[in-house]
Amino acid sequence: MIRVENVSKSFTLHNQGAAVIPVMRGGELTVARGECVALTGASGAGKSTLMRMIYGNYLTASGRIMVGDLDVARAAPREILDLRRNVLGYVSQFLRVVPRVATLDVVAEPLRAVGSSEADARARAGELLAQLNIPQRLWQLSPTTFSGGEQQRVNIARGFAHPYPVLLLDEPTASLDAINRATVLALIEEAKARGTAILGIFHDEAARDQICDREVDVTRFTPGLAA
Amino acid sequence: MTPLLQVENIAKFYGARIGCTDVSFDLYPGEVMGIVGESGSGKSTLLNTLAGHLTPDRGAVRFDTRADGLRDTVTMSEPERRMLSRTDWAFVHQHARDGLRMNVSAGGNVGERLMAVGARHYGDIRATATDWLGRVEINEDRIDDRPSAFSGGMQQRLQIARNLVTGPRLVFMDEPTGGLDVSVQARLLDLLRGLVREMGLSAIIVTHDLAVVRLLADRLMVMKDGHVVETGLTDQVLDDPQHGYTQLLVSSVLQV
Repeated sequence: MIRVENVSKSFTLHNQGAAVIPVMRGGELTVARGECVALTGASGAGKSTLMRMIYGNYLTASGRIMVGDLDVARAAPREILDLRRNVLGYVSQFLRVVPRVATLDVVAEPLRAVGSSEADARARAGELLAQLNIPQRLWQLSPTTFSGGEQQRVNIARGFAHPYPVLLLDEPTASLDAINRATVLALIEEAKARGTAILGIFHDEAARDQICDREVDVTRFTPGLAA
Repeated sequence: MTPLLQVENIAKFYGARIGCTDVSFDLYPGEVMGIVGESGSGKSTLLNTLAGHLTPDRGAVRFDTRADGLRDTVTMSEPERRMLSRTDWAFVHQHARDGLRMNVSAGGNVGERLMAVGARHYGDIRATATDWLGRVEINEDRIDDRPSAFSGGMQQRLQIARNLVTGPRLVFMDEPTGGLDVSVQARLLDLLRGLVREMGLSAIIVTHDLAVVRLLADRLMVMKDGHVVETGLTDQVLDDPQHGYTQLLVSSVLQV
């Protein structure tokens, strides 16, 4: 479902003496249906950069990034929006929402975007929030005031609301306690069993060993670091 | 899919000075596009040119009309263009008083647009107006008050109700949250997002507030000195800006 071929990326900082910082060269990876692949490498090696390139959040300088049938590296914004709505989910480390919107609606939104009725979307959102131990009395409040761990769980619920065929996970278990961590891992296992292709960054090694089928070390793609 | 709006090579000059030039883009149904840039960058000129308030010196603005498909709104007759701006288009001004009749009741402001498209039954008009005031969170018992007795945020919400009551397909917005308190802003953003989704609206939003476009717009266009310097997915342009000016803009935002 994901096929990354020979991608490169550099940042040009126009306001800092036009410094050019190459961050990736010769990036390659594939993720098949029902497979979970972990990106590894030291901090700064380019794990998040590669993930953001696959999501279309960062531009790709050269190479191909196929997600399903779409080459994200060359797709029009409209095609990427459509891909993100239907095919490609992303659980980032940070929750970004309109202030004032109730948690239940934040989680239900991806389902509303693909045409679910308000009642169905909210029901599914409630199920996920309950599973992730967000107390029901918080559902009508905006998650902006929640603790870090709660926000992360809301983010995860949001990412799993719609059964995306491809899922990108950026440290989904980072600030969770043992019980919630187990729930998240179960959700990931469930998605895998459904045939979801998952690409993740896990600093939590035990979690990585438990759910990932393969690892890809991005250090190989880091210019100046590769041997 | 046919684009709802197809803008080709638009240019508007004020004498020898450039208002905006070489602007081309397609907007598809349900898409929200943000236009950002500092004051004087030509973003309001562009918006007013697209909406037919200013006549461009060059270029075409084609709109997918219900009856005849894509038509160039620059060359269509004045009555046709006025009809469009009453039915399929809406324009939300930065200052609500520019888009409202300050001496007509709130209900009258909403009802007027309905009457402009042929509604005549008083009871129906009032019921629709009441419904819309509710949707923009203005209490029903304020329906007979004049907007001059409303707060700035309420006036802005009333302006939005007045604009959306006829079920337009394309909304132009000029700094819709400018000059409002942040708490009122958040409420308005939430309202706009809901309406865009429920009504399948397309919108073009001009603002200098990057946080607003991040939450509202799917796509972003960055303007400087009348030229478009960068376009793309909103989060891509903000997180991985390519042009020096966009990088400056993004890095200049103060963190709260």
